[in-house]
Amino acid sequence: MLELDDLCKHFDGIRAVDGLSLKIERGEVFGLIGPNGSGKSTTVNLICGVFPATRGTVTLAGRNLGGLPPHRRLNAGISRTFQNIRLFGELTVWQNLWIARRDAPSEETGFMKNWFGSSARIREAIDETLEFAGLAGRANDLAQNLAFGEQRRLELARAVSARPQLILLDEPAAGMNREEVEDLKQRILTLKNSGITVLLVEHVMELVMGVTDRIAVLNFGKRIALGTPGEIQGNDAVREAYLGSPDVDIAEGSRHA
Amino acid sequence: MAYYFGLLQTIGIHTLLGLSAYILLLTGQLSLAQVGFFAIGAYVSGILTVIFEYHIVPGLFAGALAGGFFAFLVGFPALRIKGLMLVVATIAFSEIVRLFFFNLNWRVMVNGVEVGPDSTQGFREIRFYAANGWDTLDVVLFIWLFVILIMAMLWWLDRVRAGATLRAVGADELAAQSSGVNIVAVKVAAMTFGGVIAGLAGGLYAHSATYVDHLTFSVLLATFAVAYPILGGLSSVFGTLIAVIFIQGVLIEGMRFLGDWRNIFFGLLIIVAMNFRPAGLLDGNVVAQILRIVGRGKGSDGERHA
Repeated sequence: MLELDDLCKHFDGIRAVDGLSLKIERGEVFGLIGPNGSGKSTTVNLICGVFPATRGTVTLAGRNLGGLPPHRRLNAGISRTFQNIRLFGELTVWQNLWIARRDAPSEETGFMKNWFGSSARIREAIDETLEFAGLAGRANDLAQNLAFGEQRRLELARAVSARPQLILLDEPAAGMNREEVEDLKQRILTLKNSGITVLLVEHVMELVMGVTDRIAVLNFGKRIALGTPGEIQGNDAVREAYLGSPDVDIAEGSRHA
Repeated sequence: MAYYFGLLQTIGIHTLLGLSAYILLLTGQLSLAQVGFFAIGAYVSGILTVIFEYHIVPGLFAGALAGGFFAFLVGFPALRIKGLMLVVATIAFSEIVRLFFFNLNWRVMVNGVEVGPDSTQGFREIRFYAANGWDTLDVVLFIWLFVILIMAMLWWLDRVRAGATLRAVGADELAAQSSGVNIVAVKVAAMTFGGVIAGLAGGLYAHSATYVDHLTFSVLLATFAVAYPILGGLSSVFGTLIAVIFIQGVLIEGMRFLGDWRNIFFGLLIIVAMNFRPAGLLDGNVVAQILRIVGRGKGSDGERHA
């Protein structure tokens, strides 16, 4: 599905991502964790094409994405959410999804229809996505007027609206309470069941451990561990990197970190 | 009466000029190049109706296309830069255009009279309306036909995906790109459409004034072009119209009795207006209220979905 090969990003001599290689399988929920500054967000930005890689390749379903700008990577099948919420505040919830909506060429009648027309089928599809995100009642509210939790869900809904093969969630649970995290967990599993591959970057361990199939751990831009949640929790090197001591339990400790 | 007709012509033309900057402001770009496209439209349509004796409609059409064409060309390099650098670059473009027309000398004999742009003396013989027996009311109606047409187009644009996309680029470029929006294409399209509107406004201006010279197309006019939509607010296309009426009708014409003091009050009143209504005279809340009153508020389903 998604393959990173020897991916590097250097900022003025700082090696934010340093030779990262990963292979994410179709349909899995893949966790990417690591201490602050370990290169997780940079990796997400490299996959999305926000900036070019210093070295290495990003391949999606066999297609090398090198050099493609972000909007073309979305068309290739990758959508994302942002760690710090970035909605179109002065547009309605519904319009936020409408902008990101992508349909296969065969389903659309062309440029004019796409930009200046409207079709009942697309309206229904957007309403369905709103339903999935629990925002059906807020379709006509301005995005900036939503509560924090709703804005987080709108970020997710907007990314889903693009009908991606792969969705990148950059700390979607940041600032959420326990019920909201549980709620998000269910939504991620719903995405998985509908066949979407998920790359989850997250600090909230109860979410990562509860929802992922496999996890990679980054430190100083390098991968220091790869395995199932159970294997990662038992990994001494990970505990050391994450909490400075191999004696602390990851799932408990980092929620308060 | 002639005075009010004259004022109505000015308001119509300046509304178009303001709307040409409005569409670009929706994408978050502040351009002072609109006056350059305005000048191109004025000269191109004037040359066509005077030297080539075209009817005014194809003349205006060609002026608008010329404005759009140059906006398209300027769009690619200009929109790779942002903020203050874009302001400086677009001023430079407008000055290049102004100096080109300052030096343009193209005098030809038409029906026994020498006509055409005469460099520093300006371009004096743009008399299509008088020569074809249009009276002032005809001209007012002609201009406002275009104002209504362009405003209707922009109003409709806000209700389709293309318009929402313009605003998305203005709100957050990275989020727009990550939502699949090609921001360079969107900005160049907005620039081109803005150039078309400015070119059209320039053609209408040249034929109303019957005389244009380089001094008309100063940085001051470029500032007015962006001041109208900013003062009026970007929530609705009507904000620009209201700002033009406020500035041209109330501040400039309404305070003539103040004599030289007018210029001082002019600046002062704009500062006061921006302080009381920082999001524009017609901000989002006012627009929402008006929509509710006419029964098509944001709560109603068809409005935003259509």
